[in-house]
Amino acid sequence: MRFRLTGDQRALRDSVRQLLARRFDGEALRAAVAEPGLDRALWRDLGELGFFALRLPEADGGVGLGLPEAVLAFEETGRALLPGPLVATHLAAGTVPGAATGETVVAAVDGELVEWLEEADVVCGVGGDGSVRGDGGAYGADGVPGAPGVAEAVPLRSVDPLTPLHSVSRRRAADPVAVLLTAAEQLGTAGRVCELAVQHARAREQFGRPVGAFQAVKHLCADMLVRTELARAAVYAAAVTAGRADIAAARLLADEAAVRGARDCLQVHGGMGFTWESEVHLHLKRAWVRAQRGGANTESEEVLAGDLLS
Amino acid sequence: MDLSDTPEEEEFRARLREWLAKALPTLPPKPSPEDWPARRAYDLGWQRTLHDAGYGQVHWDASPTTRLIFLEETERAGAPYVGAGFVGLLHAGPTIAAEGTDEQQARWLPPILRGEEAWCQGFSEPDAGSDLASLRTRAWRDGDTYVVSGSKIWTSHAEVADWCELLVRTDPTAVKHRGITWLAMPMSTPGITVRPLRTLAGSAEFAEVFLDEVRVPVANRVGEENDGWRVTMVTLSFERGTAFVGEVVACRRVLGELARTARENGRWDDPVLRRRLGRLNAEFRALWRLTQWNVSEAEQTGGVPGVGGSVFKLRYSHARQELYDAAAEVLGPRSLDLDGPWTLDRLSSLSYTIAAGTSQIQRNIVAERILGLPKGP
Ligand SMILES: Cc1cc2nc3c(=O)[nH]c(=O)nc-3n(C[C@H](O)[C@H](O)[C@H](O)COP(=O)(O)OP(=O)(O)OC[C@H]3O[C@@H](n4cnc5c(N)ncnc54)[C@H](O)[C@@H]3O)c2cc1C
Repeated sequence: MRFRLTGDQRALRDSVRQLLARRFDGEALRAAVAEPGLDRALWRDLGELGFFALRLPEADGGVGLGLPEAVLAFEETGRALLPGPLVATHLAAGTVPGAATGETVVAAVDGELVEWLEEADVVCGVGGDGSVRGDGGAYGADGVPGAPGVAEAVPLRSVDPLTPLHSVSRRRAADPVAVLLTAAEQLGTAGRVCELAVQHARAREQFGRPVGAFQAVKHLCADMLVRTELARAAVYAAAVTAGRADIAAARLLADEAAVRGARDCLQVHGGMGFTWESEVHLHLKRAWVRAQRGGANTESEEVLAGDLLS
Repeated sequence: MDLSDTPEEEEFRARLREWLAKALPTLPPKPSPEDWPARRAYDLGWQRTLHDAGYGQVHWDASPTTRLIFLEETERAGAPYVGAGFVGLLHAGPTIAAEGTDEQQARWLPPILRGEEAWCQGFSEPDAGSDLASLRTRAWRDGDTYVVSGSKIWTSHAEVADWCELLVRTDPTAVKHRGITWLAMPMSTPGITVRPLRTLAGSAEFAEVFLDEVRVPVANRVGEENDGWRVTMVTLSFERGTAFVGEVVACRRVLGELARTARENGRWDDPVLRRRLGRLNAEFRALWRLTQWNVSEAEQTGGVPGVGGSVFKLRYSHARQELYDAAAEVLGPRSLDLDGPWTLDRLSSLSYTIAAGTSQIQRNIVAERILGLPKGP
């Protein structure tokens, strides 16, 4: 058992982190909030880096890596709050032409939602009734009989300014890999908001000392780290085993770490945290969006309950 | 990232499993939980059996991964817990192995490994619990002995221990962390009075220890005089970092038993309870993965476990309490019966967020030493 990152895995994580720092820093994030829309150039850059083709066999033009590497890459996009249907496009690499290279943007029904429906070239998981965009019809049915078409999808005024949403009336069963990659993104958020809270707690002074010296604040931060590290162990392990119960556990703990962590981060920021300018709310809103995807709470808890009797 | 056994690990696991299958049926019956002398004999007897089969050293010598396999397999097979051997095997011994002289190691380690001597931990005092460094038990030099007076409290297994890892103040004028010394005190020395304390579970597993001019040889000092705080940090890192690891496997087994009990008595049909057990499954799976992660990291850095143990201890101690609360919900009124299957476990789980450093203290450690937040007012 060598349950730690290998040198190659560290290097992969660092290269994704560097690309995102270059192409999607705090300023780009604020610009995206001011003018939402999918950055197709960035999408192609990700494609070039191999982000979408990461798990595609080399013989098929992919990078030929596995779930652990995908999880590390998605943790980074979660950290950076990168917008776009990343999971759907990643899962479509190999089936939808152009997805692997980032030329084609693929959205999918996940749970009862579709993210980025109108900006996508292809939408997976909708009925083969021709009501999908682009050449999506060929891939749309996805083995889900009677799933609603895009025409029936209802636009929502999304709580997350960086994720346009449509709701559909019927659930699509969750793909375990999508559940795990969502957990990885949530893990990234959890780690990032813990960092933000700690930075703020060290810098902001009240009563003549940094607020981080007060236990009420300190203990919020400590719990954020504990939740993150537990989620990390669960997510990485699930990436190695790909077991159903392990994935469900990873998702439960990562959702908790992200949502609770972002809330607590907002609390540590005080009034500043409640403003639009601070980026904390964006992390919380994205964590909420991801928490609604397939494989969420009830579903995962039932999987894990069933596992106890198996 | 790799969770599979290496060929050597696989071989170790298979050999151990085979040995356990033969060794366990020959064990004497388990003593009553209230009878500490019998428990001592039973627990140390098991250590002796392990030692004779070549597994005595496994907590210290083997690679951390091998140790994890050992804990996994012994728990799965239903082998006895370290029990009265806890302090000696899991933190006094490892501390002496890390900090003691060759003579000290030769004197103290083999009897621990052979299951001949039990240890207790004389750290806490009535006025020095969380604020351990404010301890007042005094020791002054008289030739080649220290003369020790004061009192200790919550000393687990004090009644049945042969040795005590004792913290004393050797320099009352120094700032509080500086004047402390770590001693190994024989519990048979004149001047020691042990007064058992009854726990809320009804047992007498810990005690007050009064020390009245107890003479301890200077040769029993581990580390330098007045350098005991540093040695103490080594002891605590073993206590928090690795000592509870085996119990996670036990909790996972209990959770499975709980689910089966719930199915038999019909409570499984309640989706709220069922999902609560599902969530606990996530919790204990993840705690086991965190253990594997910490152990793999420790294997890379070698030696004394880091503050990451506090992360584990914090979450585990609460999860354990939630587990036995869930058990009470599965059992209903039966959970109020002291002879019920998990009632004593539920009571004893209450100590996990207190002993070995309270949750509040663990949060301070995580925040200050891992996250680098400033020290409190
Ligand atoms: C079952 C059991 C076995 C034990 N075995 C041993 C043993 O073998 N040897 C030994 O030496 N000791 C042992 N202990 C003692 C244990 O280490 C102490 O109980 C523990 O460190 C807490 O100290 P205290 O009981 O004095 O509580 P206190 O320190 O008085 O704490 C009371 C409350 O105040 C909180 N508190 C204290 N300081 C702070 C702070 N700075 N910030 C925030 N909150 C704070 C605590 O979290 C707690 O909630 C044992 C305890 C138990 C329960």
